[in-house]
Amino acid sequence: MCYDILIVGGGPAGLSAAINGRARGKTVLLLSSPREDSPLWKAERVENYLGLPGVTGAELLTAFHRHAEASGAEIRELRALSAMPAGERWYLSGEDQVFEGRALILAAGAVRGKPLPGEERLLGRGVSYCATCDGMLYRGRNVAVLGWTGSAEREADFLRSIGCAVRYYDRPRGVEILGDETVTGVRVNGREEAADAVFLLRPAVAPAALLPGLAMENGSVTVDRQMATNLPGVFAAGDCTGAPYQVAKAVGEGLIAGQSAAKWADRQG
Amino acid sequence: MLEHWNAAGFAEASTDDKLVVVDFWADWCGPCKMLGPTVETLAERYDGKARVGKINVDQDPELARHFGVMSIPTVVFLKGGREIARKVGVMPEAVYDGLIQENL
Repeated sequence: MCYDILIVGGGPAGLSAAINGRARGKTVLLLSSPREDSPLWKAERVENYLGLPGVTGAELLTAFHRHAEASGAEIRELRALSAMPAGERWYLSGEDQVFEGRALILAAGAVRGKPLPGEERLLGRGVSYCATCDGMLYRGRNVAVLGWTGSAEREADFLRSIGCAVRYYDRPRGVEILGDETVTGVRVNGREEAADAVFLLRPAVAPAALLPGLAMENGSVTVDRQMATNLPGVFAAGDCTGAPYQVAKAVGEGLIAGQSAAKWADRQG
Repeated sequence: MLEHWNAAGFAEASTDDKLVVVDFWADWCGPCKMLGPTVETLAERYDGKARVGKINVDQDPELARHFGVMSIPTVVFLKGGREIARKVGVMPEAVYDGLIQENL
C-alpha cells in the first residue's frame, strides 16, 4: 500500500507531524527507535513547555505517543536505513522492509557527535549500519556490535543466532575502527579486538545518509517556512533542522511539516 | 531484460563483451528491495547494450565472497570480466545510469 505520509522519527516533531497528518485524514506510517532512546526520555524536568511546568520528559513523550496512536497513525519500531524517490513517490526502507509514501517527513533528531575515526572511510568495507541486511555476509566470523540504542542488544542477539561470533559494546566511548582496505578490528578504550565487521547502531540516523542529495547547512537540514527541504515532497522538523533543541519548537515544526505533507499528498492525488 | 544469475549463469554472462552490471541483494534487506525497481528500469533501458542482473547472496554466498561483497546492496560493473566500478548502498538512479553510459 502507499501511505500518504511517511515519517522518520518518534520524538515530539515526528509525533506532532503524525497527529496533524491524521487530522487532515491522511494515512500515516511512522518509523521510530524505542522511545527510551529519545533525548527527551532522559529529561528529568521540562520547565518551559507551556502549561505543564515540571513535567518529566518521559511523561511528555508517553503522552505524545498515546495521542499519536489514538489518532490512528501506524507506529513501528524499526530502524530507518535509507530513502529514495520512486517517480512522484518516495520509498523508505526500515531494516528488512520497504514502504511507499507520497510525502516524507524527516524528524529523526540531531546526530550528536562526529563520525568515529575510520567510520566513513570503511563504510561498506566492513562498517555497517544494518545488522539485518549484512549479518549473513559474516556468518562464522568475528563481528563487533557497538550499540547506543535500546534495540541494539536485540540486533546483537540476531547476529549470534545466524552464526556470527559477536562482541557487544554497550554505549562505548573512545572508539576507533581499524583497517586499511577493509575492517580488521576495533579499538575501544585503548583495547584492540579483531573483527571482520563493525555494526554501528545509533538512535538517530544522519539525514544526509538517509537521503543522498538532501541540502544541509552546518549539520542541519535546510528548510523553508513550510518545513520543505530542497527535495520535492520531503519535509523536515525538530532537532534535525537545528537549534533550539526544545520540545515546543519540535512540536510546532511537526505541526507545519504534517500540514505541508498533507497538502503535498493531496496534490499527488 | 533483467537477469537472475546463479554461479553458472553469471560465469556465462561475465564472458560477454558487453558491460555487465551485477546487483548483489537479499530478501532480508530492505534497502536492496528498494533498489530493485531501479535495477529493473536500467535493465530495460539498456536492453541489448548491457547485461544487467541480480545475484542473491543468500543463495550464492560464494559469489558474494568472490567479489568481496561486505554490505548490500552492492552493484558491481564489469567489462571483459574485469571489475571497473562498484557502488555500495542505495544511490540515486542517475549514479548507476551515468556509470553505464560511460562504460557501454
